[in-house]
Amino acid sequence: MEEEGVVKKFLYVNRKAPYGSIYALESLEVVLIGAAFEQDVSMVFIDDGVYQLKKDQQTSVSSGIGMKDFSKTYRALEGYDVEKLYVDKKSMEERGLSVDELVVPVTILDDAQMGELMEQQDVVLSF
Amino acid sequence: MLHTVNKSPYETNSLSSCLRLARKGHTILLFENGIYGALKGTCFENVVTDALNKYQICVLMPDIEARGMRVDNVITGIKTVDYAEFVDLVASNSTVQAWL
Repeated sequence: MEEEGVVKKFLYVNRKAPYGSIYALESLEVVLIGAAFEQDVSMVFIDDGVYQLKKDQQTSVSSGIGMKDFSKTYRALEGYDVEKLYVDKKSMEERGLSVDELVVPVTILDDAQMGELMEQQDVVLSF
Repeated sequence: MLHTVNKSPYETNSLSSCLRLARKGHTILLFENGIYGALKGTCFENVVTDALNKYQICVLMPDIEARGMRVDNVITGIKTVDYAEFVDLVASNSTVQAWL
């Protein structure tokens, strides 16, 4: 008999820009692995992490740095029931970014809301 | 909730983001190069001292000493902890956010 698992609240905190380090891609890999376990997943993007979601990333060998453009993967998260994506208001403003420049729909959180979201979690994984 | 910061505040904004987004009553532990944020006489002293009104701030003593600093260099009000107390902090908080 299959055991009914406990559903926990998982938060993935992303604070690094893509490509310059492996953090962003590794976070996404872990989210996708975790999605198989049907947990209550949220992702937040803070500081340079908001750059992970920037539209129009061009990374192919012919036109760029020759790495996989994994920003497309964020659009697939919905299919894995990962639908709660949040960005930090101040980080967006500092970088002159608006939500329509991002690859996926997100919810903007202010400082207090972000702190509250973190506090509500069972597990926080930081990248 | 426990927040850890292991980067120098001169190198990254990990400490400033932590201080901005943690909630009142949370604990912040500074370790590795994060200890540079716990020192007196720096450009971060005022902001960290103000943050003590909102958070309990701890610093890992072996990392202070490894970098040629002593307890006298630590901002008044910051609690110094050893490895065992670090473990206690992790064990007594249900979640930990690592500001890498």
